[in-house]
Amino acid sequence: MSLLAITGGTVVDQLGRRTIDLAVDRATGQVVQAPSGPAADWADRVLDATGCHVVPGFVDLHVHLRQPGNEAAETIESGSRAAARGGFTAIVAMPNTTPCMDSAAVVSEVLAYGKSALCEIKPSAAITIGRDGEALSPMGELADLGVRMFTDDGTGLQDAMLMRRALEYAGSLVVDDGQPIVLSQHCEVTALSQGGVMHEGTVSSRLGLGGQPAEAEELMVARDIALARLTGVRVHMQHLSTAGSVALVRAAKAEGHPVTAEACPHHFALTDEACASYDPVFKVHPPLRTADDVAAIKAGLADGTIDAIATDHAPHTPDSKELPFDQAPPGMLGLETAYALANTELDLEPEALVELLSTTPARIAGVAERHGGPIEPGRQANLAVADPEATWTVDRSAMASNSVNTPFHGREVRGRIRHTVFNGEPVVIDGEAQR
Amino acid sequence: MKHLLSINELSRGDLEELLELARGFAEVQERDIPKVPALRGKTVVLAFFEDSTRTRTSFDLAARRLSADVVNFSVSSSSAAKGESLRDTVETIDAMGVDAVVVRHGSSGAPHRIAAWTDASVVNAGDGWHQHPTQALLDCYTITERLGGLDGRKIAICGDIQHSRVARSNVEAFTALGGEVILVGPRTMLPPSLEGWPVKVEPDIDAALADVDVAYFLRIQQERLAAGAFPTVREYRARYGLTVDRLDRLRPDALIMHPGPMNRGVEIDPEVADDPRCLVLDQVSAGVPVRMAVLYRLLGPGRFDPDQAP
Ligand SMILES: [Zn+2]
Repeated sequence: MSLLAITGGTVVDQLGRRTIDLAVDRATGQVVQAPSGPAADWADRVLDATGCHVVPGFVDLHVHLRQPGNEAAETIESGSRAAARGGFTAIVAMPNTTPCMDSAAVVSEVLAYGKSALCEIKPSAAITIGRDGEALSPMGELADLGVRMFTDDGTGLQDAMLMRRALEYAGSLVVDDGQPIVLSQHCEVTALSQGGVMHEGTVSSRLGLGGQPAEAEELMVARDIALARLTGVRVHMQHLSTAGSVALVRAAKAEGHPVTAEACPHHFALTDEACASYDPVFKVHPPLRTADDVAAIKAGLADGTIDAIATDHAPHTPDSKELPFDQAPPGMLGLETAYALANTELDLEPEALVELLSTTPARIAGVAERHGGPIEPGRQANLAVADPEATWTVDRSAMASNSVNTPFHGREVRGRIRHTVFNGEPVVIDGEAQR
Repeated sequence: MKHLLSINELSRGDLEELLELARGFAEVQERDIPKVPALRGKTVVLAFFEDSTRTRTSFDLAARRLSADVVNFSVSSSSAAKGESLRDTVETIDAMGVDAVVVRHGSSGAPHRIAAWTDASVVNAGDGWHQHPTQALLDCYTITERLGGLDGRKIAICGDIQHSRVARSNVEAFTALGGEVILVGPRTMLPPSLEGWPVKVEPDIDAALADVDVAYFLRIQQERLAAGAFPTVREYRARYGLTVDRLDRLRPDALIMHPGPMNRGVEIDPEVADDPRCLVLDQVSAGVPVRMAVLYRLLGPGRFDPDQAP
C-alpha cells in the first residue's frame, strides 16, 4: 500500500483536538489507520505538519469561476488552484457564467472541466432561466446532475411569488444521494439599491458616489425569512453584510425558521472607508459596510447566527478594474486569503474556524460525505494543514488565480495554508500548488 | 503641490495664496497683450470625458495666457463601453509627454485614479458628484472681490446638493475660508449623511435666505424629476427657487450666485439674472485668472510677480 503521512501536527475537527500522525492510502484517497513506528518507515511521502493544525479541507459555498465565458479572469482549473492554495477541497461554482448555468448542457460542461481540478467543483445552478427572475430553471433535471444549490447570485430573485414557487418546488425534489437541496439568495431589493456602487452612508456622501442602503439587503433578508416560514423550506442567505441582517437571521433562528447564512472575509476585514481611494478593487456587492456592521458580522460568526464563511471569490481582469469606481464591475478575490483573514480577524478557537470554513458549509453544499470531517479512517482524505502562527504579507502578484483583484494586497496577516490534500493527493505542498 | 484633485487637500493658506495669485493674473488680463511667458514650453492636455464647453474654454484660455501648449483630448465617457480602460487612455496621453492633464469626468474619483497612472500633474475640472475645485476657487474669488473675504459670511447653498460637485467643493472652500454654510433643499436632494460636514441644514428656504450674505443656487437637472426627487418643476420653483418674490426679500447687499448654466424659471426666475446683485458673469470672468493661478501653481517656476511679466 502506498501511504502518505502527515506528521507532527494537531488534528482539529468535530471530534476535538489530538496530536497524531495521519496515514492516507494514496490509491483509494482515504484516511487509514497509521501503522506504528516512524512515518519514514511506512510512508512513501511525508508532509511535515509541525506546529500546524490538520483540519478538514475547507468548503466554499460561494465562488465565481468565470468558466465558461470569461476565461481571461479565471478558469475552473486556475480557480481550483487558488482554492487548493487556500486550503479548500470543495467549492460551489456560482452560475453567473456566460452562458449562464441554467441548463443541463452548461452544468455538464462545468462538471467536465471540474474532473481535472485541484478540488471538488460542485456546480450550483440558476433558480431562473438566464438569472432573469422570470421563469424557473429545470431544477429537477439539474438536481439529477448533482446540483444541490440553486441561486441567481449577482441579483436576488425580486419576485416574491416566484421565490415562493422555487422554494416549494425545490423543497419537494427527491434526489438519489439524499443530500439537501437549498435555495441560496443574494439578498438585495434592487429597486432600493439601484444607482448605488458602495454602502450608502457617511463615506458615500463625502465621496459623491451613489449608495446602496443597508436596508436594501435587510428587506430581502426579512422577506425570505417570511417565505421560509411560509413554505417551511430552508433559505440560505448569501454574504450577509449588515448588522440589521445579522439581527434578522438571529431572530429567525431563535423562532425556529429554516434559514442559514454565510459571511465573507471582506465583510469582516474591511469597511467602506477603503472606497475613499476610489480604487474599484474595493468595489463589491454587497458593499463594504461600516465598522458597526463589521462588529455585528463578527458577533454573528461567533454566536452561530452565521453558519459559514464563504469567499464570494470574484476574479476580474485588470482592464475591467482600471475604470472609474462607478463603472468597474463589483467583486474581489477571496480564496487564497480567507483562512488567514478569519484567523487574524476573528477571535475564535480553531474548532470554531473549522466549523465555519469546513463542517457546516460541507453540510449546506451537500458534500458532507466527502468533506467537512471528521478526520478518521474510512473517510475521504480531504484535508488542509494550516499554520495558525505564520505571518505573511498578501501579494497580488503571488496569487494562483488568473486575476489579481485582491483588496488585501500589502496587508500583513497571520495564518497560512501549508499543505492541502484532495482525495488523498497532496495538491499543495509548502504553499506550492503541485499541478 | 503636485495635483489639484479636491479642495480638502488645500489649507486655508493654500487657498488664500491661490486667490492672491489669481488677483495678479486678473491684472494681466487687463493688459493689451493679456499673456505671460510663465509656462512656455509646458504642455497642458484638456481631457474632457464629459462635455463642458464652458469649463474647457476657460482652462484653454488660462493655459494659453500662460504661454503653455494646449492639446484638446476629447474622449467620450463611453470609451469604457468600447472596451478601453481608463488607464489605457491615460497612458496614451502620458506617452505624449505632457506636464498637466486637466480632467473632466462624469464619474466621481476618476481624476484620483488618473493621478495614480500618470507622471503629469492632474487638475480636477469636475468629477461626477464629487468635486469641482476650480469652480470653488472662482466662487471664493468672486465673493472675496465683493466682500473682502469670507470670514463670518453666511452663505446659503440651495438645490440639489447630493448630485452636485459644486456643492461639495464649495462647502469645503467656503468653510475653510471662515464662511458659514447653510444647505437648503428637499431631503431627496441632500446627501444621505451629513456627518462631518461643517454645515447647517435649513429646509425652509425663506428662513435660510432671510439674513444671508450670499445666496448660491445650484442647477437642477431634469433627470432628478424622473428619479422622484421632486414632484413637478412648478412645485420646485415655488418651494426652492429664487423667485422674484424672494429676490425682493433678500437683503439689499446680498449676493446671488449660480455656477451656470441657469435653468431660468426653475431654480431661478428670468428677472433675477438682471438684478445687480447677481454675479453670474463675474463668476465666469473669474474663471480664467483662477485657472491660470492653479496651472501656474502646479507647473510654474516659483512665486509669480506680475511686475516682472513682460
Ligand atoms: Zn452575490
